[in-house]
Amino acid sequence: MKRLILATVLSVLGVTARAEVQIQQVTSPAGINAWLVEEHEIPFVALEIYFKGGTSLDEPGKRGATNLMMGLLEEGSGEMTAQDFQRERESLAASYGFDAYDDGVSVSAKFLTENRDDAVALLRQALVAPRFDQDAIDRVKGQVLAGIASRKTDPNRIAGDSFYSEAYGDHPYGTDDSGTEETIRALTQDDIFKAYRNALVEGRAYVSAVGDINAEELGQVIDNLLSGLPEDGPAVPGAVDFGLTGGATIVDFATPQSVILFGHAGIERDDPDFFAAYVLNTILGGDGPQSILMNEVREKRGLTYGIYTYLVDKDYSNMWLGSVATANEKVGETIDVILDNWARVATVGVSQEELDNAKTYLTGAYPLRFDGNEEIAGIMVGMQVQGLPPEYVVERNDYIEAVTLEDINRVAQRLLNPDALHFTIVGQPEGVDEAMLTDVGEE
Amino acid sequence: MLRSLAFSAALAASPAVAQDVSTFQLDNGMDVVVIEDHRAPVVVHMVWYRRGSADEPVGESGVAHFLEHLLFKGTENMAPGELSETVAANGGSDNAFTSYDYTAYFQRVAADRLPLMMQMEADRMVNLKLSEGDIATERDVILEERNMRTENNPSALAREQMMAAQYLNHRYGVPVIGWKHEMETLSLEDATSFYDLYYSPNNATLVVAGDVDPTEVGKLAQEYYGAIPRQENLPERIRSQEPPQTAARRLTFYDPRVSQPYVARSYLAPERDSGAQEKAAALVYLAELLGGSPFTSVLGMKLQFDTNTAVFTNASYSGTSLDDTTFNLSVAPAEGVTLQEAEDAMDDAIQSFMDTEIDPDRMEAIRTQLRASEVYALDDVQGLANRYGAALSIGLTVDDVQQWPAILEAVTAEDVKAIAAEVLDPRRSVTMWVSAEEESAE
Repeated sequence: MKRLILATVLSVLGVTARAEVQIQQVTSPAGINAWLVEEHEIPFVALEIYFKGGTSLDEPGKRGATNLMMGLLEEGSGEMTAQDFQRERESLAASYGFDAYDDGVSVSAKFLTENRDDAVALLRQALVAPRFDQDAIDRVKGQVLAGIASRKTDPNRIAGDSFYSEAYGDHPYGTDDSGTEETIRALTQDDIFKAYRNALVEGRAYVSAVGDINAEELGQVIDNLLSGLPEDGPAVPGAVDFGLTGGATIVDFATPQSVILFGHAGIERDDPDFFAAYVLNTILGGDGPQSILMNEVREKRGLTYGIYTYLVDKDYSNMWLGSVATANEKVGETIDVILDNWARVATVGVSQEELDNAKTYLTGAYPLRFDGNEEIAGIMVGMQVQGLPPEYVVERNDYIEAVTLEDINRVAQRLLNPDALHFTIVGQPEGVDEAMLTDVGEE
Repeated sequence: MLRSLAFSAALAASPAVAQDVSTFQLDNGMDVVVIEDHRAPVVVHMVWYRRGSADEPVGESGVAHFLEHLLFKGTENMAPGELSETVAANGGSDNAFTSYDYTAYFQRVAADRLPLMMQMEADRMVNLKLSEGDIATERDVILEERNMRTENNPSALAREQMMAAQYLNHRYGVPVIGWKHEMETLSLEDATSFYDLYYSPNNATLVVAGDVDPTEVGKLAQEYYGAIPRQENLPERIRSQEPPQTAARRLTFYDPRVSQPYVARSYLAPERDSGAQEKAAALVYLAELLGGSPFTSVLGMKLQFDTNTAVFTNASYSGTSLDDTTFNLSVAPAEGVTLQEAEDAMDDAIQSFMDTEIDPDRMEAIRTQLRASEVYALDDVQGLANRYGAALSIGLTVDDVQQWPAILEAVTAEDVKAIAAEVLDPRRSVTMWVSAEEESAE
C-alpha cells in the first residue's frame, strides 16, 4: 500500500493565544493528497472538498449550468430518486453541502463516526453517479428562476450585477453565475451532464478533513469518494483586468436607502506587497479595530450602519472593493467622505499607532479562527488552493509582523487611487457630483 | 426502510456526549454559567440582560436596541469605543444583539484575557456615560440600520405587518428595532432610564464558555461583577398578554419590489416553559413533519413533488420565547399558480396530515437527526453559550436546558397530533399574501 504521512505539529502563535493544530499530509492509496487534523473528542468528521474551476467553466450560452448542476447533486443518484436520497441521508443524520463559486465548486460533509461508511457511500453515489432526472432539473430550475427574478428587485444584487458587468464585460466574472432566465430555460439534461464532467475533476480536487478519523481511514474515504471522476478538465478562462474607470454609475431604484458598491483594481495574493495591502485594508475599512472609514462615516457622522472594504483576489483578477448604504439624501456627503479619506491615506499614509493596532488585532485574531472542525477543514482547503504549505499557519503572523510603516505607506501610494474609484449607486441618490457620472442606468 | 430503523437503533446505543456545565449565583443575584471546552485556548464571555424590546415603555419602541448601541460609547473609566478597541487589540472580536426578550453583549478572545473582558463589561454595567452628541449621531445610525434591514427589504416590511396583526395586545407585535416614528424621538433620558433600571447584576446572566476552569471563573466573577450592588427596585417582569384569538385575520401586502409572491401563515403557539417543555418539543417535530425538508415533509412532497404547486415551502417554530410564540408556514407558488391556489393547497396538505397516521419512519428520522445535532453542537461552543444565555433569559433553568434533548427524544406521534389539533386552528390563524401588485394576487 502506497501511503505517506507527513505529520507536522504546528503551533499557531499569536500575541495572546496559541492554538495547536497538527496537520498531517495524507496521500491516499490511489495517490490523492489531503490534509488531516485528528480530533477524537467529538465523534464526527468534517470533510471539505474543493474542485478548482467553478462556474467560470460555464460554456458560451450556458450561463448557470454549473450552479444548477451543483444544486442537482442531492436530487437523485444511483438507483435513488431525490426523495429516496434525502430519506437515506436523514436516517444517517449526515449533512452534505454542494456549493458553486466563480473559481471552484465545493462539497462539504459532516458525518457521525458510528455510520461513517454508509454516509461516505451515500455521498460517493451523489458525486460519481448523479441522475439529473428531467423532473428534478425542472424543479430546481424553478427555484433558480425565482432567485433570478428576485435579484432584479434587490438593491444589493442590482449593485453587484451592474458593477461586475461594467468591470468584466464578457468574461465569466461579468455575469452572475446563476444565469439568466433565458439561459436557464434553455439548459438541457446534456448540458447538465457536461457541466458535471467539467467541474468535478479529480485532478483539480483539494481535500481536507478534521475530526474523529485517522490517516489510513481518511485515505480510504477519499479514494472511495473521488475515484472514478475524470482526471482532467477543460481549459479555464484567462486573466482579465478590472475594467471600470473612476466615476459613478447610478441605477435608479425606488427605495429610501441607496446601496453603494465601490472599488478599483487590487493586488495579487502572491505579490510581495500583499501583506502590506492586507494590513492597510484592515486600517482603512476592515473589521477589528475601528477602521478609518467606519470612524469617519458612521461614528462621526451617523451616515450609515456600516461601511467595509475588502481585498478580493479571484483566480483571474483582483479588486479592492467597498460597500456602504445610506439614505438617498446623504449619498453625496458619504461619497465625499470616502474619497477624501481614500486620498488622504494614499498621500499622507497611516500612523505607526494605526499600524500597530492592526497588527496586534490580526495576529491575535488568527488563532481564534481555528475554533471548530468545520472551520479548520475550510481553512486547510483554502491554504491548499492558494498553494500554501502547512507551515503557513505558523509563519502567517510573521508576515503580518514584518510589515513596516514604510511598506504600508508605499503600498498605499501604489494601490489606493481615488481617481480610479468607481461608485455604483442603486437608489435615488442626491448630491452626487455630476462630473462623476459616467453612466445612468435604468432598472 | 429496514436500514433506517437499523441506523436509529445504532445511534440510540451510542454513548451520550456530556457537556461540562457548571452553574452558580453571585450574592448580588447574578447568575453564572460556565461551559468547558478545552480544545482551543479561546473563551466566549457573554452578559445577558433579561430585558428586550418587549419590555420597553409605551411610545419608546427601539430603545432596548438603541441602548445596546450606546453601550459601546464611553464610561467613566473608558473613552468612547475603547472597549471594542481593547478587545481588538487583544485579537478578539466583540458584538451585541437585542431580541424581544433579552439584550446580550459578548467578546470572543484568547482565554487568558478573560479578566480584562470582565473588568470592562462590569464597568459598562454601571458606569455608562452618554452625551447628547452620542444620542443624535447614534440615532441616525439606528435609523440607517432600520433602512438597511427593513425599509430596503419588502419581506421584512411584510413580516412587521404580520407580527402586528398576530399580536393585538403583546409587545411582540412591535418590531425589535422599533417603529420609525418612535425611533426618531428616542432621547438620552429614554435610554438612561432603561439602563438604570435593567442593567443590574440581579437582572443578568453571565455565560463563560471555552478553555476555562469553573472555580477560577467563579473567583473572577465575584471580583468583577460581585462588587456591583443589586438593583433593589428591579420591577417584576409583567407584560400585557394576548387575549384568546377568536377570528382569523388576513392581510394583503403589496410592494413593487416583491418578485416572488408568497403566502405566509402564523398561529399563536405555546413556548418552552420551565418544567413544561413537552408541547414545545412536539411542535419542533410538527414543524419538521409539515415543512422541514422540501424532499420529505408534507408540504414539500405534496406541493413540490406530487404536484408543481410551489417553488418553496417551509414550516418553522422556535420555542425559545418568554411568552406565547408562533408556528409559521409559508408557500411560494410555482409559475402560473395563484396565491389562492397556493393557500388552498397548503390548507389541503394540513388537513390530510391531520387525517392520516404519521409515518413512524419519519418520526424516527427526525428523532435521529435531533440526537445527532447534539453531537454536532459540541463543535460550536458559542452556540452552546447562546443556548444557555437565551434560555436563562426567558425563565428556563440550566436543568430545563439539559432536559430538553431527552424531552425531544420522548415525543410520540400522538403528542404531535394532539399539539397540531390545538395549534393549527383556522380561527386562530393569521394569513398574509405578499405580492408586487393586486392583479397578480387574483
